[in-house]
Amino acid sequence: MNNFIVLPLLLPLLTAILLILLHNQVALQRWISGMSALLNIAIAILLVSQIQRDGIQTLYMGGWLPPYGIVFVADMFAALLILTASVVGAASLLFSFGSISEDREVMYFYPLVHFLLAGVYGSFLTGDLFNLFVCFEVMLISSYALIVIGGSKRQLRESIKYLLVNILSSALFVTAVAYLYGALGTLNMAHLSQRVAEMGQGDMLNVIAILLMIVFSLKAGLFLFFWLPGSYAAPPAAIRALFAALLTKVGVYALVRTFSLIFYHDPAVTHTWLGWMAGATMVLGSIGAIAYRNVLSILNYQVVIGIGFIGLGLAIATQEAWDGVVFYLMHDMLAKVLLFILGGMLITFARTENLIRMRGLIVRYPLIGWLFLGTTLALVGIPPLSGFPGKVMLIRSAFHEHSFLLGAIGLLSSFFVLYSLINVFKQAFWGPELEEQGVHATIPPPSKLLNGTIVVVFALLIFIGVNAEWVYGFVSQAGQVIAEPALYIQAVMKEQ
Amino acid sequence: MELIMAIMTGILFAVAVYLILARNILRIILGTSLLTHGVHLLLMNMAGLKKGAAPILGEETVSYTDPLPQALILTSIVINFGVTAFFLVLAFRANQTLGTDDVEKLRGGGHNE
Repeated sequence: MNNFIVLPLLLPLLTAILLILLHNQVALQRWISGMSALLNIAIAILLVSQIQRDGIQTLYMGGWLPPYGIVFVADMFAALLILTASVVGAASLLFSFGSISEDREVMYFYPLVHFLLAGVYGSFLTGDLFNLFVCFEVMLISSYALIVIGGSKRQLRESIKYLLVNILSSALFVTAVAYLYGALGTLNMAHLSQRVAEMGQGDMLNVIAILLMIVFSLKAGLFLFFWLPGSYAAPPAAIRALFAALLTKVGVYALVRTFSLIFYHDPAVTHTWLGWMAGATMVLGSIGAIAYRNVLSILNYQVVIGIGFIGLGLAIATQEAWDGVVFYLMHDMLAKVLLFILGGMLITFARTENLIRMRGLIVRYPLIGWLFLGTTLALVGIPPLSGFPGKVMLIRSAFHEHSFLLGAIGLLSSFFVLYSLINVFKQAFWGPELEEQGVHATIPPPSKLLNGTIVVVFALLIFIGVNAEWVYGFVSQAGQVIAEPALYIQAVMKEQ
Repeated sequence: MELIMAIMTGILFAVAVYLILARNILRIILGTSLLTHGVHLLLMNMAGLKKGAAPILGEETVSYTDPLPQALILTSIVINFGVTAFFLVLAFRANQTLGTDDVEKLRGGGHNE
């Protein structure tokens, strides 16, 4: 029992409630939400160090021992994701201070962001499948409101589709929960894992597993990403950065938990599906990334490629692959939030989304230009940056397991990332400046706070890349728990 | 009883799918609402329909029913209620701003606008 682990969930929840009451005082809202986001990073660091020292932490809500009641479990994987997510949350909040219009700020923008963060942390922490559904919904309902806040035509049009897709996948989620409860009589993930191991993962459980796979793949954008490019193009840049970095990753987290802890007995069925889906996601994402001349579309397809690449690790499912998944997830969240912040600034300064009409921005905005190049290199996986260790582990694990096709697609997808983003860099930042006098005078330059934020996030990318050995210590602890479900089960069910 | 419930769930799912595939956005919302009703019925049915007293300790009761499915359904109903309300308001706003309730016309011309 450890009450501390509920704190990452509790803090944004209380902050959000407080901010609702203060919704007219914008300056105060900014202070409180900024402080709360920074405090959450500190809490997450404490949580990580505690787990490193004492192993997996659990909390039984209301003192009900598992399998009864709801259990919160913080293993290293969850804690590392919470830490990364809290950095991402803080970065997008700091970005939103300068970029979100005041009418949106008054209309509960900050409370919604904190509710979304609470849902994300809750999803990472919970050890109960139905509670995972509830946390998903907390996150999704906040995201419904965030995607439509402001009410432009494009937002209204896209949010209807986003809402419909997510309502359908949530309905399927509850259907899968119902089948699981009928088949196994429990919803506690550790207990589910035990029961599946006792019963053997037959055809009936495979059907449920694939139903869950469809649900989580819809949320993660693994193969079923048709809704993603349109929806993520609709909201303002700060919200887009938050969505791109966090929402799909929660789906990936759920996939990792489900297919490493519960349904890992029949990889010939489930993991083959995952492998095909991951490969198809990378191929289709790559095609999308090079097909468009719109910066938003290019960036959105980077999210798709990233998800496909993590899917590769899911399909391989060896200890090395899980290490790679954890490492790459952390890198991907940080790199994506930076990429989308820079992309948002790029669109603001160029006053267009169309790549053809951008040129020579590096003269006025050298910092943004060079950081964009740096983030591109990190996403591709150039050695001193954070993308490299994760990519090496994932590709190597694919070749060790003789999945040469998947490994090759993974390698090739990196080239497409490189090509599409370097193309953006070349077109938007190089060349002579466009002759539009007086245009730039109307746009204020980025604030010191914002410049500081993007530099810090980029420094983190370098830090993770350079200190990969040290980070790997944490990552391998996370990977070990994912690879050996017995450790997780033992930690949850020990007090019986 | 289980059989009737199972057939009922199937009918609800079928009607819901039919409505969701419609072009009119109000029908789609009704469809999602019916779909979640179907899911709740399924949840109730999958947990087994048992006869027994409420799970509160008493002197005369011998068998208790499992309270968990009801708790799950209640949670899900609340969530669905909120989401449906939001969806209705969204559809209303979209109709006011975009001037249509036909999803075919909500396609949008790609991303260049």
